[in-house]
Amino acid sequence: MTVVTTQPDIPQVERPPVQPTMAKIALIGNPNSGKTSLFNQLTGLNQKVGNFPGVTVDKKTGYSQLTPKLKAQIIDLPGTYSLYPKSLDERVIIDLLYDPASKHYPDLVIVTADASNLKRNLLLFSQLADLQIPSVLALNMVDVAEQEGVKIDIPALQKELGVPVIPMNARKGLGVAALKIVMSQQLEATKATFFEVPAELRPLLQSIKSKFGLNNDYVALQYAHHYKSLKFLTEQDVAWLGTLLEEAEFHSITQQANETVARYTRINEMLLDIVRVEKADKAEKFSNRLDQVLTHKVFGYLIFFLILFLIFQAVFAWASYPMDLIDLGIANLNKLIQENFNGPLVNMLTEGVIAGLGGVLIFVPQIAVLFAFIAILEETGYMARVTFMMDKIMRKFGLNGKSVVPLISGVACAVPAVMSARTIENWKDRMITIFVTPLMSCSARIPVYTVLIALVVPEKYYFGFLNLQGLVLMALYLIGFLAAIFSALLLKTILKARERSYFIMEFPVYKMPRWKNVGLTIIEKSKAFVFEAGKVIVAVSIILWVLASYGPGNNFEEARQKALAEAQAQNLNEVQTENRIASYQLESSYAGIIGRSIEPVIRPLGYDWKIGIALLTSFAAREVFVGTMSTIYSIGEEENVSTIKNKLMTEKDANGDPFFTPARAFSLMIFYLFAMQCVSTLAIVRRETKSWQWPLAQLIYMSGLAYVMAFITYQVFS
Amino acid sequence: MRKTEEEQKGQKSVRDLKIGESGVICCLNDPEMGLKLLEMGCIPGTEVKLNSRAPFGDPITIIVNDYTLSLRLDEAETILLK
Repeated sequence: MTVVTTQPDIPQVERPPVQPTMAKIALIGNPNSGKTSLFNQLTGLNQKVGNFPGVTVDKKTGYSQLTPKLKAQIIDLPGTYSLYPKSLDERVIIDLLYDPASKHYPDLVIVTADASNLKRNLLLFSQLADLQIPSVLALNMVDVAEQEGVKIDIPALQKELGVPVIPMNARKGLGVAALKIVMSQQLEATKATFFEVPAELRPLLQSIKSKFGLNNDYVALQYAHHYKSLKFLTEQDVAWLGTLLEEAEFHSITQQANETVARYTRINEMLLDIVRVEKADKAEKFSNRLDQVLTHKVFGYLIFFLILFLIFQAVFAWASYPMDLIDLGIANLNKLIQENFNGPLVNMLTEGVIAGLGGVLIFVPQIAVLFAFIAILEETGYMARVTFMMDKIMRKFGLNGKSVVPLISGVACAVPAVMSARTIENWKDRMITIFVTPLMSCSARIPVYTVLIALVVPEKYYFGFLNLQGLVLMALYLIGFLAAIFSALLLKTILKARERSYFIMEFPVYKMPRWKNVGLTIIEKSKAFVFEAGKVIVAVSIILWVLASYGPGNNFEEARQKALAEAQAQNLNEVQTENRIASYQLESSYAGIIGRSIEPVIRPLGYDWKIGIALLTSFAAREVFVGTMSTIYSIGEEENVSTIKNKLMTEKDANGDPFFTPARAFSLMIFYLFAMQCVSTLAIVRRETKSWQWPLAQLIYMSGLAYVMAFITYQVFS
Repeated sequence: MRKTEEEQKGQKSVRDLKIGESGVICCLNDPEMGLKLLEMGCIPGTEVKLNSRAPFGDPITIIVNDYTLSLRLDEAETILLK
């Protein structure tokens, strides 16, 4: 924004060419007001997910090029209805807005508001305006409002609010350019006041203001309401405020209620001449008609069940094509390298690094398909209906309609699922949800399931489209779900409630999904998996290769001699001799020693020491199972055995029969279904519950359950 | 905004509405939950309409301030009508 003037030789006109410090801009708004869409429009792929200090709410930040010369940092705050937080998520906002010393303290706040529901959206805006932070109102979904016959006099609104009002359609990106221009300017806070603090509070607020050097009544009032949870206050400050408020008989709940009523009254008066509704709500009617089917007693559940069925079929069937390609690609790459190079490092590269990398990449198609579905269900508003339909049932088990989202997300990965339980305000409901979510079969179990199902369940079709393997997979998911539900019931009786549980929430109208948001979700989740879980998996793969390729002392040489002697005695051919050597060497390797030492414990479940090695390494992350099996069985593999399935099929027991009988395979699947074998989940549960007690309880409970259930399964099937 | 026990008895709440029936909010008899309801626009004097019930009768959706809000029956019970 350079100013062109005709005045010569006046130094102050020559603005220094240095870039101004990057503006920090916060996005804030009601849930469902299009905040995420706007964030995506402003930043595109230029965003990253981090954490707010101290808490684990996702902090999404990104950069936006406002003008060719000016860039701004955008921070996406959790959706909220007011500055009085009702959940942990929302608490992040007050920490940020009331502490000007915070490194995230915004220079400007963009408030997103749903134009078709302006009244409720302006409540939050009016609070922010009274804090006197420079702000812009991004009036979103003007198209929806127009369709609904809502006419807004924008110049009048802008005049009343005292800040720029930008009409926009964040879905289509309309208005984003105008918003960027406004954002690039120096904006002042509005001069309008929306709430006059009651006269009787003035002396109290005056003391708070002089103590903390504040110059705004409303900020002082916020100190009075939130002093216990404001992180930047010292212990003495909190004690001082406590005494002061007690003396003044300050009753936070009454004051908040009065304030909200006063604000709504003011907003109603203001909007009287600004908003006109001309015809009945079409979208609402359409949504209502759709709901009569989608939340119907019978059809509602039937449709939900069908959607789940479709998701599982898609994960199993659609994702298998890219997965086969990845599997073959990795196998061919290894073959190519092994044919052209030689030496221990090459072995480590092919059997350790690349095999492990393959185990990570093969997952990406399934994660992408699953998150595509979850994102679409959330985008369309269908997830809210699921919550609505399930609440009464879930409450019987000590859960909450909102637990459905973490439980369903748990099907993808327990880590984000546990984090998504934050939307549940009630402590007890939340703890139960977090505790049982890892019992839902996550995508890390899919490779274990799919490899073993493919091994023992025939590929048969019923009615031309019902895939038997798909049905078995669905049954495994059902068992996981039932385990979660009944564990919740158990916990419901053990845990004591700390507060009441609420279900008051906005019921969104049905919308078309915003594909850009769906796409970004898929990219974000796949990336998180590849880079977070991938690190562990590749590291474990390398360690495992070392453990399986080396043994203590000269055990290896002895094993070789023994095998050679036997081979000579039995007149084995060259390939058989090589196999004998490899198998004896594996037995005498470090991995073999560990596997053997736990064999007595796992024998009742039908497992041998090789599976023992896989179980051990899986405690880092379940998906390592396939990599481990692949590594173990590829040492000494015969020629032309390329895929893991074939590797396992060629494994024979002592009698020369296939080792992986249905009993063994099912026992393994059940073990993986119940066992807590995920370091990342344990870590996230500790962070979310702020104690070791919960993750430890989960580890013991789930592993115990896994042992018992796998034992029963093996005995029943064999 | 609070009422005594006797006054509440016999007073109609959102829970008692039939589907499609409307009423005007008189008061909220649970201060803490009331804060959440107020924030969502359930201000005394506002009209509410019972929109739908979940398959097992609970929760319900109501229309208030031109948008749809879902809540449980025991929460709806705290919204008293004139």
